[in-house]
Amino acid sequence: MQKRSVFLLSVLSFGFAFLYVPILIMMFYSFNSSRLVTVWGGFSTEWYGKLLENDQVIDAALLSLRIAVVSATFATILGTLAGLTLARLGRFKGRTLFSGMISAPLIMPDVITGLSLLLLFVSLESLIGWPTGRGANTVTLAHITFSMAYVAVIIQSRLTSMDNAVEEAAMDLGSTPLRVLWDITLPIIAPAMISGWLLAFTLSLDDLVIASFTNGPGSTTLPMLIFSKVKLGVTPDINALATLIVCVVTIGVIIAGYLMFRAEKQRDRDVQAAFASND
Amino acid sequence: MSQVASRPASSSPVAASTGRFQRWLNRDGWKRLVAGIPYFWLLVFFLAPFFIVSVISVSKFTYSIPPFTIPSNWAELKANFNINFGYIINDSLYYTGYLNSIKIAAISTVFCLLLGYPMAYGIARSSGSTRNILLLLVILPFWTSFLLRIYAWIGLLGNNGTINNVLLYLGIIDQPMQMMNTDFAVYIGIVYSYLPFMILPLYANLERLDTSLTEAAMDLGSSPSRTFFDVTLPLSIPGIIAGSMLVFIPATGEYVIPVLLGAGDSPMIGRVLYDEFSLNTDWPVASAVAVVLLMLLVVPIMMFNHYQAKAEGFE
Repeated sequence: MQKRSVFLLSVLSFGFAFLYVPILIMMFYSFNSSRLVTVWGGFSTEWYGKLLENDQVIDAALLSLRIAVVSATFATILGTLAGLTLARLGRFKGRTLFSGMISAPLIMPDVITGLSLLLLFVSLESLIGWPTGRGANTVTLAHITFSMAYVAVIIQSRLTSMDNAVEEAAMDLGSTPLRVLWDITLPIIAPAMISGWLLAFTLSLDDLVIASFTNGPGSTTLPMLIFSKVKLGVTPDINALATLIVCVVTIGVIIAGYLMFRAEKQRDRDVQAAFASND
Repeated sequence: MSQVASRPASSSPVAASTGRFQRWLNRDGWKRLVAGIPYFWLLVFFLAPFFIVSVISVSKFTYSIPPFTIPSNWAELKANFNINFGYIINDSLYYTGYLNSIKIAAISTVFCLLLGYPMAYGIARSSGSTRNILLLLVILPFWTSFLLRIYAWIGLLGNNGTINNVLLYLGIIDQPMQMMNTDFAVYIGIVYSYLPFMILPLYANLERLDTSLTEAAMDLGSSPSRTFFDVTLPLSIPGIIAGSMLVFIPATGEYVIPVLLGAGDSPMIGRVLYDEFSLNTDWPVASAVAVVLLMLLVVPIMMFNHYQAKAEGFE
């Protein structure tokens, strides 16, 4: 027994070191004053300063943020409806196809998704004249499509872990389905919607392949810019940019996680208080 | 508290508004609305594109915008099919691309499983708060940029990268090892970036596992390793399948990792497809490559969908 826990402990340590050490080393070198990325030349933050003066980087970052906010918002709305459908509407005609279309985008290789969406946009444009050209709009549509599947899965697992007794009770007491949806179901899944939005946001911010297919000339997203630079090798300013992005995301995820954890606790207390006052 | 109390009052005068739309909504209409909107979206933006790809895979490459002509009769379609899919069968670039991708994805999946299973098991067996922290540590890389995490390895694996420098300094090697632009680097990249996808479904499966079964086996005198192989492992097969498919399928079509870390002489199929599309602008052949890739992946995708549907409790 003891031997196995030593084994598990060492695998866990190795696994987490494997996941985190590369990122930490990259962050460390972003404070290197030497232009040679592998030779330590002393501590410096000059690359961060250079980064903020680089208009190309700033423009690409702003474009990526805009696409990410819009696509995450729509993906959350569509994904929430899809998750509700899968968790609460039971069997209906075409359910197998629907659940297939929700789980397939999770594993579909990006090159296939990207190519097929590009060809859809080109075909639609020649058939009905929309969308005119390709650029931020088509990238946004593509991102909505693949990230709504992730949101749907999050919402669905949240809903299946809650029993629907409260919803049924409200219906029995004469509430309309939409009222139940608005007053009971939505508050239950609100934390899942927030994590869904955040996930869709980061997926969009991170996507390179699908954006490269569905983008037009002139609108370079941040991953596309990073990729074109990275292909030429490691540079200290990319290290600095990467460090900034990783830090912002990590802090964001931890804060969001903490807030949701607290809200959850608060709701549990409210529910208990409500039950206690009814007795 | 006050919220809970005030709710019933706000929802009472429903009967007052009895528009036809309202009545439609309250009967079954709301279900149609909730299901219909995402359904329609996925039909247009997810399913329809696959039909378009299949049509364009039997179209003719032309120097025009867009660079293809859709066949107008059966004979043309057959001729185009023979040309486009002929490349894939006869040109070694394509079929070695597929074989390479499947080999690399399969081996990486095995390594992910070998590393991910004990990690998931260890997390599932640890207590309350430790478990939450470990789980957060698994999920966190999932949120940080995939591209940047691959980029981090370029600095590590290069000839004058961190790993070589450390090994040289320690005197383990006396000249740098070639690690960048090799299949080895691609394996590292895939295992590194897909490991969380393996751990999470395995963890979800192992965490739900009924510990009374393993306890019963132990009480009846089964050794720990025997208990693991006879009880725990068979019960975790759904998690193994889900995790493996989550790694294998996207890894087969991977583009970024082989381009940044791999060798140029034996590209994976994702790179072949992308180059066909962007460098050669031959959209019909790119579509044919995508169609064949999809056919190769159809069985694993079905397995994954089946597992997902089972996890939902339907079918």
